[in-house]
Amino acid sequence: MKEQSNGEIRIGFYICHCGHNIAAMVDCPEVAKYVEKMPGVALSRDYKYMCSDPGQELIQKDIREFDLNRVVVASCSPLLHEHTFRGATEAGGLNPFFFHMVNIREHDSWVHTDRNEATEKAKALVRAAIERVAFHRALEVKKVPIHPDVLVVGGGIAGIHAAMTLANAGKKVFLVEREPSIGGHMAKFDKTFPTLDCAACILTPRMSEVGAHKNITLWTYSEVTKVDGYVGNFTVTVKRKPRYINEDLCTGCQECIANCVYKEPKFLDEFNEGLGKRKPVYIPFPQATPQVVLIDPEVCLNFKRGVLTDKCKKTCVEACGEKKAITFTQQDEIKEVKVGNIIIATGFQTFDAKRVPQYGYGTYPNVYTALEVERLVNASGPTGGEVILRDGKHPKAIGIIHCVGSRDNRTNRWCSRVCCMYSLKLAHLLKEHTDAEIFNFYIDMRTPGKGYEEFYNKLLEEGVQFIRGRVGEVTDWAMTPEEEGKLVLRVEDTLAGFVRRIPVDMVVLSTGLEPQADAQDVRRLFNMSCGTEGFFLERHPKLAPVNTFTDGIFLAGACQGPRDIPDTVAQAGAAAAEALVLIDRGYIEQEPNTAYVLENECSGCKSCIPLCPYTAITFDEAKEKALINEALCKGCGTCVASCPSGSIAQRLFEDEEVFSEIRGLLAF
Amino acid sequence: MNASPKPKVAFYWCASCGGCEETVVDLAEDILGVVAAVDIVLWPVAMDFKYKSIEAMPDKSITATLLNGAIRSTEQEEMARLMRRKSQFLIAYGSCAISGGIPGLANQFPREQILKYNYEDAPTLGNGGPKTRPQLKFAEAGREVSLPELHNVVRSLDQVVDVDYYVPGCPPTPNLTKAAVTALLEGKLPPKGSVLAPDIALCDECSRKKSKPINVSFTEFKRPHQLLADPEVCFLAQGVVCMGPATRSGCGSQCTTGNMPCTGCFGPTSRVRDQGLKIMSSICANVAPKEEGDIDKVLAGIPDPIGTFYRYGLAKSMLRRKINLPP
Repeated sequence: MKEQSNGEIRIGFYICHCGHNIAAMVDCPEVAKYVEKMPGVALSRDYKYMCSDPGQELIQKDIREFDLNRVVVASCSPLLHEHTFRGATEAGGLNPFFFHMVNIREHDSWVHTDRNEATEKAKALVRAAIERVAFHRALEVKKVPIHPDVLVVGGGIAGIHAAMTLANAGKKVFLVEREPSIGGHMAKFDKTFPTLDCAACILTPRMSEVGAHKNITLWTYSEVTKVDGYVGNFTVTVKRKPRYINEDLCTGCQECIANCVYKEPKFLDEFNEGLGKRKPVYIPFPQATPQVVLIDPEVCLNFKRGVLTDKCKKTCVEACGEKKAITFTQQDEIKEVKVGNIIIATGFQTFDAKRVPQYGYGTYPNVYTALEVERLVNASGPTGGEVILRDGKHPKAIGIIHCVGSRDNRTNRWCSRVCCMYSLKLAHLLKEHTDAEIFNFYIDMRTPGKGYEEFYNKLLEEGVQFIRGRVGEVTDWAMTPEEEGKLVLRVEDTLAGFVRRIPVDMVVLSTGLEPQADAQDVRRLFNMSCGTEGFFLERHPKLAPVNTFTDGIFLAGACQGPRDIPDTVAQAGAAAAEALVLIDRGYIEQEPNTAYVLENECSGCKSCIPLCPYTAITFDEAKEKALINEALCKGCGTCVASCPSGSIAQRLFEDEEVFSEIRGLLAF
Repeated sequence: MNASPKPKVAFYWCASCGGCEETVVDLAEDILGVVAAVDIVLWPVAMDFKYKSIEAMPDKSITATLLNGAIRSTEQEEMARLMRRKSQFLIAYGSCAISGGIPGLANQFPREQILKYNYEDAPTLGNGGPKTRPQLKFAEAGREVSLPELHNVVRSLDQVVDVDYYVPGCPPTPNLTKAAVTALLEGKLPPKGSVLAPDIALCDECSRKKSKPINVSFTEFKRPHQLLADPEVCFLAQGVVCMGPATRSGCGSQCTTGNMPCTGCFGPTSRVRDQGLKIMSSICANVAPKEEGDIDKVLAGIPDPIGTFYRYGLAKSMLRRKINLPP
């Protein structure tokens, strides 16, 4: 491979038209002509598509024919084609780092409207690169091995599917779930659309598989508190919250629940959306995974406001007997694991219906959220599947309001994608359970998906009524005797063209999907980005939909945006596949833009060490100098900037490279 | 007189306190060796020579001039240019000549404000006497005398004339001075523009180095008079700003040995363009709180950042001077 040939710099310069993308706003031949006369430039060309095969071959041919030892391409973003042109430079026989790229598309032609000024800017940017590239040195790409284990955060259907896919491929997976059981929202659903499969029937076997899988370490009631490292080599700290039960000893017999000093369940049951009751010692739902109970210290008599008092009779301990699984003294347990990849599947939260006060949720007892209705129609729900209203009656007429907290400038502007379909499903289920008259109030019916439109048609035939219009309010103010004791929905029927009042016994609010309340914390923890609406941002909506901007961290499910179960599972599989790609390749190539300590010059002041976000710097006690672990260095430059004596440098960003670049830019 | 002429050496001072002159005397008996080896042609602080005789010398006839002090007045500029013309080597001697030094701190204020304060507003002038400012020109009995005028901006020597070497310190230590003079006389000189001192930061030779923890997380800053400093422990670990990490060594860590933090007089290493910026970047990045209000509370412990971080280097730094001063 050709290295810097005895001092003489011979730069080949290429400016790409990018079709019209650049050429329409930048006079490419003019820039090429300008560069031609610059010192060190041996050759200057403009070309229609530099990234095309002929474009790349041109570079290779020129390197050989004109004895070039530096290459500069002015074209699009390095994110897109730096790799391509480095490859072409290398194929031409040069070290790939003798190449430098100038972005005159995103930074120039796309953002300007004056062709002359854009052309002048291109010249300035190019001049900076030409001055810089002369100082480029040959660098080597390092390969760093990838830890084969994977962390999956979130144990809903997305996390479950991703974890199972990886585990079945023989990879070790740590699945961390915040709640006491995995299963997520799907575990609460009664049936799934459009097939009306029982959600539990398809989910719970998967949950048990996860619990039993030898490759999966399942940590429920746990949260990730710290993430260090980088793709291939993350160190993750997980806090396991105390459930006051030894998971290894509990057999799930639930004798403790039966024998709790509280004879009757008394406390709001989270899993049933507060529609049912549970005891201080409980298991979230019958098929919970793991089959391990937990104690709520806020209400257990052996605690007072979460602090152990040991004043209860502890009939539960008696019932547990020889198993001795109940441990009132349990504390937070901190685990640290090393993984190579992380899949984020932290899901969503449902829109808080109280934010739309005109629908009366929390005011009128018979206004329900969709998730509550899922529990209400569920055979294992608080009423055993019988639809009994909060006032004890059976509904004769039911209104389902779509788009609550979706497609609304006052709350959330996005379409939550699943509400139309689950509203149809609930309409069907409620009809089946109550034979009531069902009204659906919709803005637009959105049923794209396999079998979805057919399901909608089926509902039309079942006699469910559809009224097109956003409901203005839900009120108990009766204007006619028929409305007495009813909830009245006031709505403009936009198909009929007049305002209607429809009295019902029960209102179902089809609440939308939102980012989790702590999505921003999770984003910071894993160094991801969020879109404006707060869902985690994928690297590219089409070409990298499950990747994030941080290598080795992938997205699955509704934490990235509202989606239904089939899409979630497909995406979870894709995220698992992306992780597998990295694991099976075994290594990652590391950009050689790492920092290094000038050993003779370092005074050993240690200023840099605590600043490194990747803990790549250690203190060499023998030499009394700082030492940078290149495998850990990500080239962020923090230590370089902060070294008080200028004794840390960075490859690809050496002082002479940066300053010559600035000089070039200013000299224009 | 010797047959083969001895090399001619000149010492000159511009805007400085005189400490640099002292340090030449601090060579003690070694000065006799210097005097024996050279012809001193100009040393206003110690000997009586006339500027006119220097002007009369052929250009480059002085082997070396050690010039201390910043360039602040018309006279100093004139002399700097003269000495440059007459010398083969012009050596910026001490912090003021190298980077403006303490006088360079004047670049924070307009000239008028400085003059007004010193001749009119200073408390020591408050006894009702005439508040007279020196006049640039004054004529009496048909004879006119003039005073040099202050520039608006204090400059380092190399901001005025070309400088060959730098001997750092406030003042430079005798060992450095001796080494520099020896190198000059023996012709064993590093590349032009070099600072004649080690190119590694002070921590390297500081006896407290080992006591510095990996993570100095600043929760408060104290000035030296606000605490009884532990004589063994790194000043930064005690919450005292020490310029050591950003300052060239070679002084023998005299200040830290004397239980005072380094104030940065040796200037930055060759790899750093702005000493103050570097130490600020390092110190501020290690402030413990992460919220703005809390950070401010900690930084309030450094009431004079310019005087702390740019005590000797403001004139030569990227800041150079207050931006709205006339040039």
